[in-house]
Amino acid sequence: MTFDLTIPSQLLAALTPDLILMAGATLLMVLTALRPEGSASQRGIGKLALVVLVATAVAVVAMIMAGNNVGPGVIAVDRFRWTADLIFIGAAIGTVLLSMEYGDKEHIPQAEVHVLVLFATAGMMTLAAARDLMIVFLGIEIMSIAVYVLAGLNRRSAKAAEGALKYFLLGAFATGFLLYGIALTYGATGSTNLSVIGKVIVDHQLQSQSMLLIGVGLLLVGFGFKVAAVPFHMWAPDVYEGAPTPTTAFMASAVKAAAFAVFLRIWLEAFPQMDRAWILPVWWLAAITMLVGNVVALAQRNIKRLLAYSSVVHSGYLLVAVAAGTRLGSAAFLFYLVAYTIATFGAFAVVTTIGTAGERNQDLSDYEGLWSVRPGLAIAMGVCMLALMGFPLFGGVGFFAKWYLLQAALGSPHNLLPLSVILVLTSVIAAGYYLNVVRVMFMKPRPEGAAEIGPIGPLTQGVLAVTVALIIGLGLFPSQLATWTRGSTPMAPNQTAAQATNK
Amino acid sequence: MNSFLDSIGYNHWILPVLLLLPMAGALVIAALGMSAGQNADSKTPELRRIVLGIFTLEAVLSLGMWWSINVGSAEWQASVAVPWIPAWGIQFSLGVDGIAMMLILLTTLLMPLAVLGGWTSIREKVHSYYALLMVLTTGMLGVFMALDLMLFFVMWELMLVPMYLIIGVWGGQRRLYASLKFFLYTMTGSMLMLVGIIYLGTQAADLAGHPSFAYDQILHNAQLSPVAQLWLFGAFALAFAVKVPMFPFHTWLPDAHVEAPTAGSVILAAIMLKMGTFGFLRYALPLFPSAAMDPTVRTLILTLAVIGIVYGALVALVQPDFKKLVAYSSVSHLGFVMLGIFSVTPQSVQGALMVNLSHGVSTGALFLMIGMIYERRHTRLIADYGGIAKVMPVFATLLTVVCLSSIGVPGTNGFIGEFLVLIGSFRSQPMYSVIAATAVIFAAAYLLWALQRIIYNPLTKPENERLQDLNWREIGLLIPLIAAIVWMGVYPAPVLEKTSAAANRLVTHVQQAGNMAGAGMMGEEIK
Repeated sequence: MTFDLTIPSQLLAALTPDLILMAGATLLMVLTALRPEGSASQRGIGKLALVVLVATAVAVVAMIMAGNNVGPGVIAVDRFRWTADLIFIGAAIGTVLLSMEYGDKEHIPQAEVHVLVLFATAGMMTLAAARDLMIVFLGIEIMSIAVYVLAGLNRRSAKAAEGALKYFLLGAFATGFLLYGIALTYGATGSTNLSVIGKVIVDHQLQSQSMLLIGVGLLLVGFGFKVAAVPFHMWAPDVYEGAPTPTTAFMASAVKAAAFAVFLRIWLEAFPQMDRAWILPVWWLAAITMLVGNVVALAQRNIKRLLAYSSVVHSGYLLVAVAAGTRLGSAAFLFYLVAYTIATFGAFAVVTTIGTAGERNQDLSDYEGLWSVRPGLAIAMGVCMLALMGFPLFGGVGFFAKWYLLQAALGSPHNLLPLSVILVLTSVIAAGYYLNVVRVMFMKPRPEGAAEIGPIGPLTQGVLAVTVALIIGLGLFPSQLATWTRGSTPMAPNQTAAQATNK
Repeated sequence: MNSFLDSIGYNHWILPVLLLLPMAGALVIAALGMSAGQNADSKTPELRRIVLGIFTLEAVLSLGMWWSINVGSAEWQASVAVPWIPAWGIQFSLGVDGIAMMLILLTTLLMPLAVLGGWTSIREKVHSYYALLMVLTTGMLGVFMALDLMLFFVMWELMLVPMYLIIGVWGGQRRLYASLKFFLYTMTGSMLMLVGIIYLGTQAADLAGHPSFAYDQILHNAQLSPVAQLWLFGAFALAFAVKVPMFPFHTWLPDAHVEAPTAGSVILAAIMLKMGTFGFLRYALPLFPSAAMDPTVRTLILTLAVIGIVYGALVALVQPDFKKLVAYSSVSHLGFVMLGIFSVTPQSVQGALMVNLSHGVSTGALFLMIGMIYERRHTRLIADYGGIAKVMPVFATLLTVVCLSSIGVPGTNGFIGEFLVLIGSFRSQPMYSVIAATAVIFAAAYLLWALQRIIYNPLTKPENERLQDLNWREIGLLIPLIAAIVWMGVYPAPVLEKTSAAANRLVTHVQQAGNMAGAGMMGEEIK
């Protein structure tokens, strides 16, 4: 059906999955306050959080099956939103699973971890739905505040405290940019609604109006911070290193995905006519992010910092899809997001396992000879590294993600050939550090006196098995995912998927 | 024979079976390794037999292609196409012509010998080693079979990781350095080709805007301006030139060959180097003929080829390490192949293909034999040997035959190819041909000199006095290679027949398209 958002009951219906998640999160928050702190309670809440997430996912799938549509208003009902939601929920499930075992190992008994993950996910889902800059702001705040707390949850660790504070300050700073950008955009166009903004720009020929240009520029800077694009990436390595590893995985995948999803929707729905104003900055942002991120990653010796820079690099790759500015670009973007989220999660699951209490053993040297003692872990990590590198078959779906991205870039009306060349050349640099992890694990002997690797918890094992199976499986049969993402681009109100694909 | 093959529908299933059999074998072996757990290496003897069985089955199955493939036809033979990612215009499509068929046969027939050659040298993590070897085989065969550019690229990259690990885990002293160098060189080359392939696919899109990566589609539909052709040719040529390897992109080769375990060196030299020249023949020339026939481009490539021929030979002359000597001789031989290809005459292309095959056989045999004495003496330095003909007469005889074939003495396979390349290229490029011919003399010098120092000369080193001569396994695996050397040298007609139609078609196509482009450009100048 087509939701009419002016009718409150229909607006609520269009928000069903979000409401389920929010209600569940609130309920669990109350429950945590009532129960004593401890491992049992932490695990119990974790299980309930999983139930809430699965229920939300079911609601999302039901919405997809119903094939609903939406009239003009503040939120979108399209497959882009639902696909993004599923990515967030998947990442949240992975985070909760990893956190349950990680909490025991690191003696972080607070069950609030899981509740905060739920709230952050709710914020992300709001972002994916937002079709109004005020809703965007709301979503960003719900998500970010939960993640600030998550980053600093390990209160005994100085590194975590440093990271969390840095994240909070720079996050607040970035929000300031965003808000200012929203205000200027509103000032220039008289609306915060994305489709209205788009229409006003065309009707009044505002493409080169200076207030609007500054507004767009500020929005770009704000999102640059959120997705950790160079030169706004400085916080990422410190925060990623200090945060508890499952939280890092969550930040590197879902938080980034959410920021990108809304970024893309704003660009495609509100500013399609201003592409000359924003393509060039995005182009340069992408190029610099790929170059700097890759080169700096080469020098990292701490695996979490290495993965942090790798996530910066992937922001650069995703920006290429944004710069394409087409439907194909957003399809490639979603595809890439799926592949990247899976691979990042797998890698962090390994890091969680290798790390011993107190977040030690996170140097590359702790991975030496991993193959001879834990072949399964080494192979899983190798697959994730090759997937992040975009290598066929062994890296499975990672290769197709890169392929699709390049296809979108080369099919774009803007001349992205140079950017594509930069992309592939920097991915050779990326081979230098991803492959180094493989080399260290497989080709070096296990040093004498290396730390014993504890048993792998069943939940972590599950996360690892699923990620590796998905990477390889989707790498052999990517067709379904390709077709799915092709039909899941952001859509203007009252437009059906069939119309969109014909365009 | 043909009617029997027809009756079992051989041409319908042979390519996918050949391609997927090693992959399935890899999975089985990996599963065996996992179920055996910690004491997996104790099961090595049984495992080797399984591996040899799979590769032998593969070889026997592939033999039918010699009869079943109609090499004269302009159509792709034994072709199979299954939609893979229809949304992106990608098919899982396979097919061969005479050229690809010969290279597939070279691969399938050499693999069991390579396994036999490394029979006792791999002692650790044996399951993983053989599983990787099988994945590598799938990759190599896939490159020769693929008729979809995406599939081709997947297979091209697929070879990298197994070879990287084979060198890096089971290699010699400097294996870490050599494996990384191998990987980065090859990957750098192929990344630009990736952009090129996707660009071609979008150019070959149908009216509805769906891209297509099918080889035929791109060959006929892609509308490319001369400038675009030049850039694309450059992107593809770089990927292939690294693999060939052409001077000055050859520096990964001596490191990788020397550090790799025996089977790795054999596969690298005998099969993987052919990927590059195959790439030029199948992709770079037919898809971008006007760029390939551009006088500047041709001069550049021919010059580099001839430099490679002479430089490789000269550097081989001064190598103290026998394995490195053979590695540099590969640079020289592959230079001949490039000279033949870019002379673009029917004879020179045929000769290039012949050099390809005979280099595979002779250099494969050389690396196998180096592996044999290395296992006995644990040194590859020529100076450490001397006079071992006394203690290893069989080895000495066989090594002499193989060296003669590598030199290109008439009556061996090496002669036919180089001779064809030289007369073929003399017609269109006399200067290059004359310079290249001198390398034949150098080849005789470096190989005969090495031969003298290793197996003749007086036996002075006491360590060498107790060397065991070849055992039956080693003799048995060399006999097919020696037979191929003599057969291809004395009666090369059947082999040449298989490739002649494809070579002629290629030359006609490239020359026509190149002339048309040339005429077009001249026409513009006159206006």
